[in-house]
Amino acid sequence: MSLFDLQLQEIHHKLRSKELSVTDLVEQSFARIGEVDGKVKAFLKLDEENARSSARALDEQLGTDAERGLLFGLPIGIKDNIVTEGLTTTCASKFLSNYNPIYDATVVQKLKSAQTVTIGKLNMDEFAMGGSNENSAYHSTSNPWNTEFVPGGSSGGSAASVAAGEVYFSLGSDTGGSIRQPAAYCGIVGMKPTYGLVSRYGLVAFASSLDQIGPLTKNVEDAAYLLQAISGYDPKDSTSANVDIPDYIGALNGSVKGLRIGVPKEYMGKGVDPAVRDKVLEALNVLEKEGAVWEEVSMPHSEYAVATYYLLASSEASSNLARFDGVRYGVRSDNARNLLDVYHMSRSEGFGPEVKRRIMLGTYALSSGYYDAYYLKAQKVRTLIKQDFDRVFAQYDVIIGPTTPTPAFRIGEQTADPLTMYLNDILTIPVNLAGVPAISVPCGFVGGLPVGLQVIGKALDEATVLRVAHAFESNTDHRLQRPAL
Amino acid sequence: MSITIQDVEHVAKLARLDLTDVEKEQFTGQLNAILKYAEQLNALDTEGVTPTSHAMPLVNVMRDDVSRPSLPIEKVLLNAPDEEDQQFKVPAVLE
Repeated sequence: MSLFDLQLQEIHHKLRSKELSVTDLVEQSFARIGEVDGKVKAFLKLDEENARSSARALDEQLGTDAERGLLFGLPIGIKDNIVTEGLTTTCASKFLSNYNPIYDATVVQKLKSAQTVTIGKLNMDEFAMGGSNENSAYHSTSNPWNTEFVPGGSSGGSAASVAAGEVYFSLGSDTGGSIRQPAAYCGIVGMKPTYGLVSRYGLVAFASSLDQIGPLTKNVEDAAYLLQAISGYDPKDSTSANVDIPDYIGALNGSVKGLRIGVPKEYMGKGVDPAVRDKVLEALNVLEKEGAVWEEVSMPHSEYAVATYYLLASSEASSNLARFDGVRYGVRSDNARNLLDVYHMSRSEGFGPEVKRRIMLGTYALSSGYYDAYYLKAQKVRTLIKQDFDRVFAQYDVIIGPTTPTPAFRIGEQTADPLTMYLNDILTIPVNLAGVPAISVPCGFVGGLPVGLQVIGKALDEATVLRVAHAFESNTDHRLQRPAL
Repeated sequence: MSITIQDVEHVAKLARLDLTDVEKEQFTGQLNAILKYAEQLNALDTEGVTPTSHAMPLVNVMRDDVSRPSLPIEKVLLNAPDEEDQQFKVPAVLE
């Protein structure tokens, strides 16, 4: 049995009584990584020396009266688009292969205050652009449930490392589903908070109006603890919400009696694997037994979400990635003879095909003559999509559906056609456009591969989302399943 | 609206990207497919709809106009591909 199978409170208790040390937990990580990461390949870089010395320093505190939070000593993995001072941060791109951040992201600072231990940086799709982790410039990551299948993306490493028991939990980022979709494919919990709840300071920007950092964990309670630790107003992020953070942990055990659930027919219809749909219906049954009620609703603009997203996200990305010019950081091309070469060659040599594709799409959509037809039009459709959510939330507390239309697919199966890949995110994308919170929680298996249930809540209502997810999870044993690695 | 290879070349220049001939062909096809898919948005009547640029609209987020320490120069230059005299160095700007 792995130490990571213990509950958060159990670990805290055993640390207090010195039955366990932080070093034990960190060595559990490195041992497990040594055992399985050859097959899973979740990590880009391990920070062994620092992790071990941090563990030793934290162990000195055991037995003293020093105040320790519940996250004290827990090994965590961090997606490689979140900057960590002194620890190479690459965004899984060749362009940043040598980038040594000069600061810690706000979430990393908060984790340091919570006294977790960073094990290393996790693989992802390059610059967070992708849905399978196959766009990493370094290597692919495998799904621990079947290593011939993708873990999902772009937070593929974050999901796989938790599912494989390599770290206690991890941080990922979600722009169109990049936490929730890999969480669903890997049979773990993944949450995207309300836009603005978690600081983006130190998250390498992909699409600034959509990006959010969030937790990937083995159960809902851990997600609540991690979310509590990383949320909060940050004056260094001008899109940060200046609101009080409620008690997410206290909210977990509330009843769902009388809870009103809306299930959009567009999320359960054409394109969704019937076996996946059945798992969602089973899940709704479980919630009904706990006293919730559900009804079919309609979100008529759902079918336009993917097109809207790809125009907006690519446009924002083309602007955000303009900073990678080879002047101040990153790999500068050796062949550059003048400044224009520095830009052209560094970028062309440093960026992978998906990144180039999205920069091209975004540049086109924003260019003179096309801005109104594409970018502005997409912004207006975004309003209509958000209004669909507002209308449903006027009558219902949460929206439930599958996280993804199918379980994970085979590595290499979808790489020929970018559009096919984009459609895997059809159920997660609308949530980012509306800026509301959503969680994916395991709800069973189809063909031996995990399936996720998505619970979507009103803006800043993470407490209800967590409560519903927890109530469902408590009545199943999916979280106790482990892949046979 | 169909994109030609010339359009792709123009956009690549704006985006400061060099593309091989193979990439130009590939991107022309793929971008056309994606934009064709995106054209479905034209089916929607968005007359009078306000565009959404941010899901949580904040306006004029400012801080007090008080000076604070800047980044130390060693940090600024830490990742510089080339530097001289505490400045980032690049090859000739003008021919």
